[in-house]
Amino acid sequence: MNKRVAPSVLEGRTPSSHVGGRAVTISSVSAGYGDRAAISDITLDLARGSLTAIFGPNGGGKSTLLKCIAGLMKPWSGTIEVLGAAVGVHAARVAYVPQAEQVDWSFPIAVDEVVAMGRTPRIGPLGRAGAADRAAVAEALERVDMAGLADRQIGELSGGQRRRVFIARAIAADAEIYLLDEPVTGVDPVTQEKIMNILDAEAARGKTVVATTHDLACAAQRFHDVVALSGRVVAHGPAQLVLDREVLEKTYGGHLVPLADGGVVLLDDPHHSHGAHEGHE
Amino acid sequence: MSPADFLLEPLAYDFFVRALVASALVGVACAVVGSFVVLKGMSFIGDAVSHAAFPGIVIAYMLGLPIILGGAVAAIGTALGIGALTRRSGLRSDSIIGVLFAGMFALGVALFSSIPNYVGDLFHFLFGDVLGISVTDMASLSILVLALLLVVRALWKELLFATFDPLGAGAAGLPVRRLDDLLLILIAVTIVISLQAVGIVLVVAMITTPAATAQMLVKRFGQMMMVAAGIGVSAAVAGLYLSYALDLASGAAIVLIETALFMIVLLITTARRARAA
Repeated sequence: MNKRVAPSVLEGRTPSSHVGGRAVTISSVSAGYGDRAAISDITLDLARGSLTAIFGPNGGGKSTLLKCIAGLMKPWSGTIEVLGAAVGVHAARVAYVPQAEQVDWSFPIAVDEVVAMGRTPRIGPLGRAGAADRAAVAEALERVDMAGLADRQIGELSGGQRRRVFIARAIAADAEIYLLDEPVTGVDPVTQEKIMNILDAEAARGKTVVATTHDLACAAQRFHDVVALSGRVVAHGPAQLVLDREVLEKTYGGHLVPLADGGVVLLDDPHHSHGAHEGHE
Repeated sequence: MSPADFLLEPLAYDFFVRALVASALVGVACAVVGSFVVLKGMSFIGDAVSHAAFPGIVIAYMLGLPIILGGAVAAIGTALGIGALTRRSGLRSDSIIGVLFAGMFALGVALFSSIPNYVGDLFHFLFGDVLGISVTDMASLSILVLALLLVVRALWKELLFATFDPLGAGAAGLPVRRLDDLLLILIAVTIVISLQAVGIVLVVAMITTPAATAQMLVKRFGQMMMVAAGIGVSAAVAGLYLSYALDLASGAAIVLIETALFMIVLLITTARRARAA
């Protein structure tokens, strides 16, 4: 049986109790590429203001699940509700941060231009950015501590700064739901800490933050909730309540190596055949 | 002859003035659309769409219709066909492009070869003849360039977002697929209006080269488009004078100047980067 923690257990732990309501409701969703299913029969609720890490092996469907919530992929079956309506209805309140390796960093675009993209759905076609939009961009840059780098071309930034620009774009969009694909992959621990502090602060002011990650330690220590995903949901809830050896074995299968002292080591390479398994449209 | 005479003398000819204005307009249109093409890695699509316009031009020519109309229908149809087949076939887009590109061009060549005494006009279609542009062609060219600039201006934010980050744009609710199709249409229109100036074979250079040159010099998207447009217009003017002075094919002269500018900027920026490293 999958391991889940009842919402009553979560209440003291997640800000969902003050904000209230569900941000994302996923019911019996299956999806995949071609005729290969990446996720099957996913049922999952994400509370408003929650900070959730989706972890699991390559090909376990982390990116697929994120793309389904973002409306970038249509599920084969099942339903997803975002902010109480079908996917797409509230798209302007959803921000998606792509994997760093999917971004063309040589693109001639400056930091403030990327952040300003977050305002696009609000301004609408034909319109031009006004004072309120410029203020939102400035405030977002301030929140991620990038105000001094607004004029830089994005390729001149460090790995951590690059990710903070995209988080600032989500903030400038005034989105309710932030969906981040591997925001802490390939950055050093100090940078990871900085990014997590920002995401934590966003969740604290009621934003729903969902991130995929390969970093189990980060998922367990810095997120309120974890979703262990291996094609199916193996566990969902606060890490210290749902993560145990059985869950990890079910999630990672043969990639767990037992140690003599009774512990386990996880062999997981974040870059291992990523594209081949999760596919890119 | 003094330099002033060299610059002023050809301006006495109406055909030369018309050619200057037309080439400059084409330079601007190609730079604007080319900035998206270069950043989306779509240069090969540009080449394919220009060759695909050929059968449309030939059919319009045979039926006595405006050739710009025939070219536009074939180019837009092929551009959208590439988009649709890539999404549905499961093949890589460069395979689809390669097949349609050569197939459409072969159709044009086959049709053309059925016309008696075709050789002279063929050269104009393939390599352009901006010095022969008529007043009516000028009018339709100006209207189309203006329309193109207005569309890009109106959807600037959306086109930029979808080009830079299609996933983020899609999640934010932008119609990324329709914006992609719009861009394909803009590419096809730009190519068709550029054919008179540079012809089917060289138009891809007008789209790709100034934008790629500009990309090496700037750090903002708006700057890239402005610099690319500046390069496109300057190369058009310089190329026309070169073609007048040395009696060269005008399209080839414009493209050679653009290529020379690209090489110079490439050498300077790589040397600067090597020194910085």
